[in-house]
Amino acid sequence: MEDVLSGRDLTIGYDGRTVSEHLDVVIPPGSFTAIIGPNACGKSTLLRALSRLLKPQAGQVFLQGKDIGSYPTREAARRLALLPQSSTAPDGITVADLVARGRFPHQSLLRQWSEEDQSAVSAALQATGVQDLADRTVGELSGGQRQRVWLALVLAQDTPVLLLDEPTTFLDISHQLEVLRLCRTLHRTGRYTLVTVLHELGLAFRFADHVIAMKDGRIVAQGAPAQIATPELMKEIYGIDVLVITDPATGGPMVVPLEPEYSDAR
Amino acid sequence: MIRSDPSRTRTLSLGPLRLRYRRRTLVTGAILAAAAVVLGLAGMQTGTISLAFGDVLGALFGQGENRSIKVIQKIRLPRTLTALGVGACLGAAGATFQSISRNALGSPDIIGFTTGAATGAVAQIILFDAGPGATALAAVAGGLLAAGIVYLLSLSGGVTGGYRLVLIGIGVGAMLTAVNTILLAKGDSDLAAEAHLWLSGSLAARNWGHTVPVLAAVVLLLPVLLALSRNLNQMEMGDDAAQALGIRTERTRILAMTAAVGLTAVATAAAGPIVFVALAAPQLAFRLTRSEGVHIGTGALMGAVLVAGSDLLSQRLPIQAAVPIGLMTGLVGGVYLLWLLTRSKQV
Repeated sequence: MEDVLSGRDLTIGYDGRTVSEHLDVVIPPGSFTAIIGPNACGKSTLLRALSRLLKPQAGQVFLQGKDIGSYPTREAARRLALLPQSSTAPDGITVADLVARGRFPHQSLLRQWSEEDQSAVSAALQATGVQDLADRTVGELSGGQRQRVWLALVLAQDTPVLLLDEPTTFLDISHQLEVLRLCRTLHRTGRYTLVTVLHELGLAFRFADHVIAMKDGRIVAQGAPAQIATPELMKEIYGIDVLVITDPATGGPMVVPLEPEYSDAR
Repeated sequence: MIRSDPSRTRTLSLGPLRLRYRRRTLVTGAILAAAAVVLGLAGMQTGTISLAFGDVLGALFGQGENRSIKVIQKIRLPRTLTALGVGACLGAAGATFQSISRNALGSPDIIGFTTGAATGAVAQIILFDAGPGATALAAVAGGLLAAGIVYLLSLSGGVTGGYRLVLIGIGVGAMLTAVNTILLAKGDSDLAAEAHLWLSGSLAARNWGHTVPVLAAVVLLLPVLLALSRNLNQMEMGDDAAQALGIRTERTRILAMTAAVGLTAVATAAAGPIVFVALAAPQLAFRLTRSEGVHIGTGALMGAVLVAGSDLLSQRLPIQAAVPIGLMTGLVGGVYLLWLLTRSKQV
């Protein structure tokens, strides 16, 4: 498969404060990639740069082989969707109307709706399991339902690349699982390249098939979860001692932080 | 062909055109437009000579007594059209700023633009005394200048924040109010009286010279805002979400703010500072249409209804002197603002 999303020699930051310098990153096409790392390591900044919301101070982001900045912004929005960390649902908006807003890059002033818009919205409502909530207002939904609705908006945008910035933050464990299981289902359709920033290591190693580990604005390692979930790397990235065991639920790797005062238990 | 979909939004297909609308919004708009016309006609009945409804209609089309034709076409029609136009300008401008600041208090009369226009006008009257035309120009200049200052101060990292805009606007507005008071206190007492009169906002003695700029602003700037309203709607989800969907947010914001400031300044130049219309009209439109998003069209119509209605009230209230319209909207709108403040979670 051709190159879907990559960054070459990126220097990124805000207002003169540089977060990352000379960063090279390639998102494997069709992967479910999780970006992990400690707070303020530049995970979200990298995602913003990859989504063109943050213009790199130097270097280029390539979307489907072309510099992302060379696309008209709506054209880019038909190829790449982003779920930002926080968005506000307008007062009183219904689920269906909010999801329909994802169709914006496919519409124009004189062509505000089409059959394709209709079917994309229906499909997105279906895929995220919120079709029964379509006529409810977003304000009356639970946190997990609301996040699924935002995901539906992003899906309605109908792009091959989906970037999700901490989609599980502020959700309890059941809703975190709900959102990530949905992401896994999407990934398994083979139609998407998914990139998420995740805080929870357990969830990242369980759901993603490619992990990018960052620290201090650098990419320390990237690869399959089993390659990243090692005591050495966890020590390097987070400065913690861990035990890596086999996740009894999935057979994948699972990191368990060690407690010095219980060292005899091993 | 009209089709419904899972939401309340419908699609109108006309050849290659596909337009989205909500029936409730259309019906509300039609009712408000009808109300504006009726209030305008009713307003034209009142004055030194009272005219029957039929006589007003006749005179508009050049039928009936010469005297009533003259009164209607030369005096009352420009006044009424000014009232409706000023209301539409303020309603649309208020809707725009409330959407951009995502705050019901983010209307031009709260965030200093109307006060800025007043400063321009008062300074002209007190310092230069160059006549009503110059006062109108000075009001436009003052409004634009105040808006520019508020905009630059509220820029943070190249982005205009909602709360910042409101708070800085209130601060700038408070300073300009002080400047207005100083000018009034320092100035020649006759000129100060004239400035005072201007400051209370009035539709009395409006002629076509006042009407034409207002209507021109409505015709030129309202369509700009209507076209931008799709972008503004998306931006209510936050800048990141809107940019991800392919909107140049800061460009949209600057265009919309410029158009809205233009509307506010022209309206203030024509009728003086008429307060609370820009604040209340979009909020009332939101409650009537029960529709999310920016209410440029219905906000403008609601503004026209509010100003024409207040004008009618101020002319017909059984009190000795006619209450200037700016004070009338102030009285009614003050109650509304208090209600808004006591129930708002955001303020």
